[in-house]
Amino acid sequence: MYTLGIDIGSTSSKAVIMRDGKTIVRKVLVTVGTGTSGPAQLIEKLFEDQEIQLSDIQKTIVTGYGRTSFKEADKQISELSCHARGVHFLFPSARTVIDIGGQDAKALKLNSRGMLLNFSMNDKCAAGTGRFLDVMARVLETNIEDMGSLSEQAQAAATISSVCTVFAESEVISHLSKGTGTANIIAGIHRSVAQRVSMLAVKLGIENDVVMTGGVAQNSGVVKAMEEAIKTRIKVSDYPQYTGAIGAAIYAFDEAEKEMTKRCSL
Amino acid sequence: MTDEKKASEMIKELMDKHYEDALEAKKKGELVGWAASNFPQELAECMDLALVYPENHAAAVSAKKASLPFLEYAEGQGYSTDICSYARINLAFKDIKECEALQIPMPDYLLCANNICDLMVKWYENLAVELNIPLFMLDIPYNTEPAVTPARLEYIKEQFRMIIKQLEDFTGKKFSEERFKEVMEISSASGRAWKRAMSTLMATPSPMNGFEMFTYMGILVCNKGRKETTVALNKLADELEERVKNGETSYKAEEKHRILSEGIACWPFLGHNMKTLMQYGINVVGAIYCDAFAKVYSNLDEMAIAYAEVPNCVNLEREVASRVKIIKDHNVEGMLIHSNRSCKKWDGFMYEMERRIAQETGIATAYFDGDQSDPRLFSKAQYETRIQSFYEVMEQKKAAAAAGEGTR
Repeated sequence: MYTLGIDIGSTSSKAVIMRDGKTIVRKVLVTVGTGTSGPAQLIEKLFEDQEIQLSDIQKTIVTGYGRTSFKEADKQISELSCHARGVHFLFPSARTVIDIGGQDAKALKLNSRGMLLNFSMNDKCAAGTGRFLDVMARVLETNIEDMGSLSEQAQAAATISSVCTVFAESEVISHLSKGTGTANIIAGIHRSVAQRVSMLAVKLGIENDVVMTGGVAQNSGVVKAMEEAIKTRIKVSDYPQYTGAIGAAIYAFDEAEKEMTKRCSL
Repeated sequence: MTDEKKASEMIKELMDKHYEDALEAKKKGELVGWAASNFPQELAECMDLALVYPENHAAAVSAKKASLPFLEYAEGQGYSTDICSYARINLAFKDIKECEALQIPMPDYLLCANNICDLMVKWYENLAVELNIPLFMLDIPYNTEPAVTPARLEYIKEQFRMIIKQLEDFTGKKFSEERFKEVMEISSASGRAWKRAMSTLMATPSPMNGFEMFTYMGILVCNKGRKETTVALNKLADELEERVKNGETSYKAEEKHRILSEGIACWPFLGHNMKTLMQYGINVVGAIYCDAFAKVYSNLDEMAIAYAEVPNCVNLEREVASRVKIIKDHNVEGMLIHSNRSCKKWDGFMYEMERRIAQETGIATAYFDGDQSDPRLFSKAQYETRIQSFYEVMEQKKAAAAAGEGTR
């Protein structure tokens, strides 16, 4: 049985098709999110090779910031529950999840069954999220994808003390004009993100294993800074951006199975 | 036929009348005061002095979505956006003097108490200086100890005596012990009626949509020393008890989850917040206003203690205990916390209070960011995401409990 999980975020859209809620058979990411052509592109790309047809999908669940705008899904489930489910699928030993997406950051606490026990999210300010890193990459004339490897060359992380994106940008400019090396500035930016977001997890109580998800988890510099901030090793999957979509696809499988059982018992 | 009116209509009429009476008093040349919501209004009521409560006014203006021009004006005058939005609205109204959403008369004197808020002192000092009117100040110390100490009690009572003298001198009216006793009795009767009404929320399903509480409680702020208030609140309690008896409720959805609402309401988005919660079958069945807001006393000592033991004026242990009691009595499954930019005092202890409550009771908790009056500080999408997640955590906890699995 094929089920589809869709995660429409603020800056990207992700979709995962799973077989029997156990195997990922297809995953697609489009780098534009809700309110754009992203969701439509996602569906187009998902079925372009026609190996699996839309009609093969038993159930679709949508999650993420743009979940309400995707009317084709059978059901919406919050991104927190989907992330919890997706992480539990990838790392059954995970008890703490730190997720940094395009414009929000959150920490989740799970139990041994992957049940979401508690959560904590960033306030209305987007500092410490993916968007914050986007802005900094632009100022530094760097590709966001290269920030992780560049930060590894840092000798001493520069101090970025402001939690405000606009003021932090000024600090970066000030560092640049003083001649601080780009690698040191990037390491400072990563530390600033980690310090801000780690507080969400600390508030919930950090319990091993800790997993990082979301697009920012692809940045090894942020992961390293986060490990230093929480003094704990962090696990990252090969596809951290898809966690929500994976969780949604598993939920979709549960729903489809429940319906089948119901039909059989009638 | 007053008897046939519903309690909600009676309360609304009384609130309207409260503002009309104050405007009328001003027109007739009587002295009108502005008072802090937790100032012992009994002192003014027994001297028949008209009062208006800027906090209540600001909340009403915000609920009518009319707060923004006042906030922007105040900021233009140099008041920081970090300052309480009730204060900013009122300090702006002081200059603008007109409010289409809800008009109030300008004050001739001010009654301030710092039991629930410290910022209020500076707010009222500014009003006093800029309007050149007297400020009668009641200083109520924070209770670090588990109860009001005898020395503090004496300090507060001595100030009551001083304020009575100041009001007599300023208004030319005479304070009457007999009338004071009568007002105390009426206020206490209103308090008892409120507690009786709110205790019906312990029933499952709760007989009302909890958001109604936020509109009803204004009458306790503005009018508790009047007999009509006691009548209206007793009517409310009767109606709610009747609904409980018949298994009826004004909550227009299936009550799937029962929650405690923590913090001041997000007035500019009250309707949105209510609808979002209703979408998930989440009903507010408790708030700190249920119990601690109504003051019941029979003499001056007890009245002084009642005003000294209001929420925000007692230590963390008592703040936790009062919520835990509501959670247990009202069969609450979750606590939804408004991280309210305006109220530093309340927000200041909220995080530790939430940690202790969650530890003690095991209920789900969730925060949302917003403000009691500033619409610029709230995001509908963020609220909706948090509520959906909050709902899912409560659902999972319920399912785990039903399966006997626990949450570990």
